[in-house]
Amino acid sequence: MIRFEQVSKRYPNGHDALKQVSFHLRSGEMSFLTGHSGAGKSTVLKLLMHIEKASQGQVFFNQQNLNNLSRHSIALYRRSIGMVYQNHQLLFDRSVFDNVALPLIIAGYNQRDMGRRVRAALDKVGLLSKENLNPLTLSGGEQQRVGIARAVVNKPALLLADEPTGNLDPTLSAEIMDIFQQFSQVGVAVMIATHDLALISRYDHRLLVLENGKLVKDGAVHEV
Amino acid sequence: MTANRNNTDASSSSAVARRGASSQVVTFREKTASYLQNHRYVAKDSLLRLWLHPIASLMTLAVIGIALALPSGFYLLLKNAQSLTKNWDGNAQISLFLSDATKEKQGIELSKTLLEMPEIEKTEFISRQQALKEFEAVSGLSDIMSGLSDNPLPAVITVYPTSSAPESIEALRKQLTEIPEVELAQLDSQWVRRLHSILKLGQRIVWALGVGLVLAVMLVVVNTIGLAIENRKEEIIVTKLVGATDGFVRRPFLYTGLWYGLAGGLLALMMLESVLIWLNNPVSDLAQLYNAHFILSGLGFINAMGMLLLAALIGVMGAWVAVGRHLREIEPH
Repeated sequence: MIRFEQVSKRYPNGHDALKQVSFHLRSGEMSFLTGHSGAGKSTVLKLLMHIEKASQGQVFFNQQNLNNLSRHSIALYRRSIGMVYQNHQLLFDRSVFDNVALPLIIAGYNQRDMGRRVRAALDKVGLLSKENLNPLTLSGGEQQRVGIARAVVNKPALLLADEPTGNLDPTLSAEIMDIFQQFSQVGVAVMIATHDLALISRYDHRLLVLENGKLVKDGAVHEV
Repeated sequence: MTANRNNTDASSSSAVARRGASSQVVTFREKTASYLQNHRYVAKDSLLRLWLHPIASLMTLAVIGIALALPSGFYLLLKNAQSLTKNWDGNAQISLFLSDATKEKQGIELSKTLLEMPEIEKTEFISRQQALKEFEAVSGLSDIMSGLSDNPLPAVITVYPTSSAPESIEALRKQLTEIPEVELAQLDSQWVRRLHSILKLGQRIVWALGVGLVLAVMLVVVNTIGLAIENRKEEIIVTKLVGATDGFVRRPFLYTGLWYGLAGGLLALMMLESVLIWLNNPVSDLAQLYNAHFILSGLGFINAMGMLLLAALIGVMGAWVAVGRHLREIEPH
């Protein structure tokens, strides 16, 4: 599903965020991406979201090389990815429902399918009763779950999460991890960037460890 | 309880996933329908956004309206002036006013003799009675004329020169003054021609003014939409992150431009119409005083529609320029 081949990323300011990183993530595979802050976690996610382009090497998504996508193809490509952001990236000028519906509106769903899918996604994160509220009135954990509902509403093939449990208590974190696991069970590739080692150690998923832009460890959590 | 919920969630999620997979095959018809649906939604939403900031929107609209109304107003003024002077021929002609002693027969005779001159293309004899009738008809001052006991108008021979060069016409006029029956030879087209060239100049000025103000309207739209884009920066970034194409991001702003243009154009039409109504009474009163009938004419349906269309076009173009400038700068990072 995702393949990094000798990927390096140097930012315009000369900082080498990634050095010769290679890995392969399969459909339905769930993985953690960890490392100190500045180790390159965000850069991996940005390359996968095509917010940044690799300076060297290739990033593949289902045999498609992300290095040579047109602006239009980038937009279409992003529709097949769901991303959960640390700062949620919600829009506070509209309801929870409208936030979650945004990817469907962009993809051009009709009203009926849209309502059904949005409610299914909100139901999954336990926020069905809050669809008409403004996300501003929700707690941090609830906002995070709105972000998850939006990430999954379009049935993405790849789900990315940047510190999804960053500000949450352990119970909420566990609930959110459950949701991610359910998605990997139905064939969605999931990659979670986090430095919450306590959380990681509770699951035996694949773990990728970055250090100063290099991939230093890659294996099941308990082996690593 | 939690486990139970998770169970049903898992089963429902796979059901949803299967449904999702099957509905990945979106037909062309469905795509078109949802595309149109998005257009309808965006059109309504962008109008609503203008409505939600009435003061700011009205100020922008007022600027657009006034800038569009000014050249159109001048255009109307010129059009009315032209229609007033339309019946006055711009071609040069010399009027030979014959002395009162000249008999009608002599006059006709003279006009025939004049035709033999190579400088003269055509002559026309107008007897005193004909002159009176014509004057009444053209000027609309019939009441005043009928109040006079005697016909004050002389018989006239209108001479149409072959040449249109002012010098040769002037030479001809001098030559014709020598004829004993001719009391006065007048080159009567001079002031009409001056008026026509003033109107022509006016037309040019209106065009220049129009082009300038159309550009100004466009800049106002570019600026306003630019601000709107800055205000919705966050939203643009988020929509791009979830897969919005440039077209999708551009759409609401193009509609905003369209509404600004249309509403500004409508406002301009309303302003013009009000000024016309306001002026029409005094103008027709004034005409009445000369026993003439004259009403200011408005833009007319076709021109009004043309103006709305132009205004809408300016709005959309301004928005396009604004979006083009900002769209590539606002990217997720």
